Formats: sequence, C-alpha cells, structure tokens
Amino acid sequence: MRPDPKKYDEMCKRASPPSPLLKDCVWAFCIGGAICLLGEGLRRLYASMGLTLTDAATLTSATLIALSAVTTALGWYQKLAAKAGAGTLVPITGFANAVVSPAIEFRNEGFVTGVGAKMFIIAGPVIVYGMLASVAWGVIYYFLRPLMGG
Amino acid sequence: MNFVWAFLVGGAICVIGQLLIDLTKLTPARILVTYVVAGVVLSALGWYDPLAEFAGAGATVPLIGFGHLLAQGVMDSVAESGLLGALTGGFTAAAGGVTASLTAGFLAALLGQSRDQN
Amino acid sequence: MQKKGDTIRFAQPPGIVSYAAVGGKKEAEGPLADAFDLLVTDSRCGEKTWEKAESDFARYGLETALKKARLQPDALDAVFAGDLQCQCTASAYTMRGFDVPYLGLYGACSTMAEGLALASCLVAGGMMRHAAAMSSSHFCAAERQFRTPLDYGGKRTPTAQWTVTGAGCAIVSPDGGPPYVRGVTFGRVRDYEITDINNMGAAMAPAACETILRYFEDTSEAPEAFDAIYTGDLGLVGSKLLLQLLEQAGLPLQNHKDCGLIVYDRETQNVQAGGSGAGCSAAVLCCHVLPALRAGQLKRVLFLSTGALMSQTTFLQGESIPGIAHLVELSATLPEQNEKAARQTDAAAQAAGSPKRQKHAAGRPGAAAEPGPRPQKQPGKEGAAQ
Repeated sequence: MRPDPKKYDEMCKRASPPSPLLKDCVWAFCIGGAICLLGEGLRRLYASMGLTLTDAATLTSATLIALSAVTTALGWYQKLAAKAGAGTLVPITGFANAVVSPAIEFRNEGFVTGVGAKMFIIAGPVIVYGMLASVAWGVIYYFLRPLMGG
Repeated sequence: MNFVWAFLVGGAICVIGQLLIDLTKLTPARILVTYVVAGVVLSALGWYDPLAEFAGAGATVPLIGFGHLLAQGVMDSVAESGLLGALTGGFTAAAGGVTASLTAGFLAALLGQSRDQN
Repeated sequence: MQKKGDTIRFAQPPGIVSYAAVGGKKEAEGPLADAFDLLVTDSRCGEKTWEKAESDFARYGLETALKKARLQPDALDAVFAGDLQCQCTASAYTMRGFDVPYLGLYGACSTMAEGLALASCLVAGGMMRHAAAMSSSHFCAAERQFRTPLDYGGKRTPTAQWTVTGAGCAIVSPDGGPPYVRGVTFGRVRDYEITDINNMGAAMAPAACETILRYFEDTSEAPEAFDAIYTGDLGLVGSKLLLQLLEQAGLPLQNHKDCGLIVYDRETQNVQAGGSGAGCSAAVLCCHVLPALRAGQLKRVLFLSTGALMSQTTFLQGESIPGIAHLVELSATLPEQNEKAARQTDAAAQAAGSPKRQKHAAGRPGAAAEPGPRPQKQPGKEGAAQ
C-alpha cells in the first residue's frame, strides 16, 4: 500500500515543474554578456589611459569587484541575480558577491568570528580548488618545461 | 569588433553555466569550481590565449579567466623559482582579485547591512 | 480518551480558547493579509539581528493570544513552542520573557501541529488548564541558516518555497472553544530518499500521506466527513505528490488544501512553489482555519503540519531528507452533537453493558449541546480535570 521509493523518484520528477530553460539562458546570456562588455570597456579605457596590458587587466578586475561589492551591499546584485542566474554567478562579479555577502551577513557574529571567519564560506572552494589546480599544473609544468624548450 | 565578441563569448560561457545549473544536479558552487579548474586546464593546454585575444573581456571576466590567471602565474613562478614556484605562483597571481574582494567585503560589512529579499 | 493505532481521540475534546497570527511584509501583501491579527512590515522588527526579530514575532503572537483570551501569562501551565533556528533559539529566547514552563519542540515545519497536539493531550488528560502551542519562522533567519546570505545572488528553482515570516499561537483549555480538538495523530518519520534540498514538498509528502492514512485507518472516518484536510507546507509539488500517493493507496482526496498555497499568491508574489516554514502552518491555522471553525464556516477539518527533518550538515553529508507530519482533528462543535444518534443506539446496548460504560454515558451533557460555552461538567469529572 505504501509506495516504493524508486517509483516515488519518478513521480517527483513528473510533479516538479522544470526550470524555464530558454528564459534562464536568455537572461544568463544577456546579463553575463553585458558584464563582460562592461569589463571590455573598462579594459580599453584603462589601456587608453596609458596602463600596461597587465595593469589594465588587474584594474579592470578590481573595478568590477568594487562595483559588485557596492551593488551587493545595496541589495541590487541579489535582485539582478535572482533573474540572471549564471549571468551574475559566472563573471568575477559573482566571486566578489560571494565574498561580500557573507561578510555583510555575519557581521552580527563579530568582526573576527563572523566577518573574518565566514567571509570565504561560499567562495572558498573556488580559491582552494583553483590553487590546487595551479599547484598540479605547476608541478607538471616544471617537468614539461625542459622538454618544451621553454 | 572585440566588443561584440566580448559580449557574445562572455554570454555563451554564462549560458553553459546556466545549462549546467538547470539540467544537472550540480550546485552553483561545484559549477564555479569546475569553471576555475577548466580555466587552468585550458590555459595549460594553450587554448585560452587565442580565446582571450579574440574575445577580450568575454574570456577574462568569467571565472575561467581567473583559472587562466592562476595557470599563468604558476608558470611564471616555476620558470623563476623552480619546483617551489608551484606553491607560490597561483596565490601571487590571484592576490589582486582575492585581496580586492576581501577588502571590499570588509568595507561592506562596516558600512552595509543585510537586507530582506522580495 | 481512546487510543487506536497512532490516533488519540478525546472523550472530552479541549477547546481552543484563543488564537493569534502575526505576519511580515510578504504576508501583508498576500491573500490572507486582512486575516492576520498583526502585520509587521519591518522584517527586522527594529532589532539588530534576524533571529531576535523572529523572537519578536513569536512574542507578539503569544501576547496577542493571551490578550484575546483575557489571560495573564501566569495562567498558562505550559507553552509548547518550536521554530527553525538551530537549537530552537527563537522560541527559547521568546520564552525568556515569560515566566511559564516551556517545552521546546523540534519538528521543523511540523511544529505547530505537534505543539497543538501535545498541548491538547495534556489538557484533555486533566493535567493542564491552559496550554499554549506556538511556532514561528523568519525568511531571513532561515535563509542565512539553511541556504545563503541574504545579499548573495542566487536564483531560486521552481520547486523552492518561500519561508513565511510570521508566527501563530493557540491556547488550549478544557473550557472555551469552539473550535475543539477532537483528536490527534502523531506522525512517524518517513524518508523516500529525496536529496534535493530545493524540493521540500517532495520530501514531506510521504510523511503526510502516512499520517493521513493512519488517521483514517485508526478512526474509520471518511475524508468526505471533513470540510477540508489541510497540510502545512507541501506547496505545489508536495500537494500534487500527496494526492497521487493517497490515490495509489486507495484514498483519493477532493478536499485537500495546503497552507503554503493559501498564505501567498503564487501568481504575483514570486514564491515559486508556495510558502513554507514553521510559521506557515501556524499562521494559517490561527488566522484562517480556527476563525472559520469558530464562526461555523467550517464544521470539521483535519489539520496537518509537515516537516523536513534534515540539517545543513546531513544534507552536505549526502543524506536524504526525512519528513514527518502531525495531525490534529478540529471541529466547530462538540462530538456529542454529531454522535447523538450513535449514542442513542449505545444506550440501548448499555442496558446489558459494563458499569464503566454507564458512567461514561451518564457523564455526558444533555441531548442538545450547543456551540459556545461548555455545559457544566459532572462533579466527578471536574475533580478529574483538576
């Protein structure tokens, strides 16, 4: 009389409304593209101001991060992200939002034990696994380099 | 022209992320980790540079750009310091972005406050 | 009192003397806005933390219920309360301000029915004269605890539900009512291996199905005898699944309603699959269901609160999400009126029956029991109630 858990999984899939894929992708495309466009504009601007390519790139990242931080603190980034999904998650602004939002949220738990301890609670994995990947690549590169003649 | 490609490529990279969110059981956190590691891999394979030249910020702004930064950084530092460079290169390259975020976070914690959603 | 299976039915159904519901900003924009006793549109309640704000919501609920019952806090023999915060701190910290015995409960979103059921048992058993049941939730406190910081940019899935910012409180006593608590069914944990943290409805539906089936098995009642069968917060998806599960079990329901779908307007309020939270069933019970029973618009209902019993830790450890559902049988009239015919048949059989049965029949009030103030009890019963 009581249903089988495997069958229940099938029932759940049928009963759960799917995400509106096209709408989600259009939003992700437009907002993600727009943020990248903004980045491109900033990069050209900084380059035209005489900065080297690397410095322009760094400053572009810093600017986007600052913009993300301000819009996060004002609550605007969350509103945009609720529609844009991956469009706000994937760019570097998403990383900044993931650092700034817990910093704001956990202030109630102290600057050291709240803000300090929990600031990277969301973005942490990106840093950890990014670094790990770079270490792995670094080791591989060390051995490959003589072979590549680099 | 680069502006158009920045928009299109950046948008496309985000769409891939959205498809992963909507169609797989991967959580956003895992997807971002995948992007960063993919960036390192693409960069290691030498495929990232042409993309970055072509699409400009369309490639550098998404998180794969961060992965590329890490890969480049570690290569530079290995070239300079040998094997030990594998430990220092990534963090050095990421320093700018991470420190900027951290500082912004602290300032936001000082000045901002958590808000109810709608 | 009579227990069969998991269901306890009260020979002397306690009454719900008063009830109060408090809501927040989103609830004030919802279909039940006018029904709430109090709406607090500042989600912070002027406090520094969301957690303190939730305690304020709970406090307003309890204070309002006491005021409506014209009772002082010290008239309460106990408060049964719980919420979603870790260690139920919203309720505990609220009760810090009331010098009344406190029984903290954790049933996740099933807490209101759990508390009401326990309070009713202790009152019907004669151990308490006034017992309050309450539950609360707060969108912001739940979001930051179970999901992500509030300013974090995440996108909600279509199966996600919106945690109600609000509280409900009901005070039970032997006198008082309508409405009356005729019986309770305590739920059992049911886990159907749902691991999607964004689909709570699917996780809880099997538990609700279980409790409903047990109630009907234990009591031999029929669903048609009730004006409505309410569940707490199955939402759109969970409700669909519940009806399918019940149909498969041979109990199709035509009168199911879900509090999570009543408290918000899904079309206009961006709540995806509906409302949820411990405060959801509590608030809807106290502003919508109980008033309708008191006014006689509803005669008999079953009220379930449904809960998902995972934590952030178990979820991250890859565990599935178990659910539970507790049931309270509510009526607008005392059972005597409904069972008058049955009793008359009983009296005939009594002539040759046990002395205990005779006392039982003699103790009941006369033929026409009316809603409103309870008829005088027999002295023997009065003693037992104290």
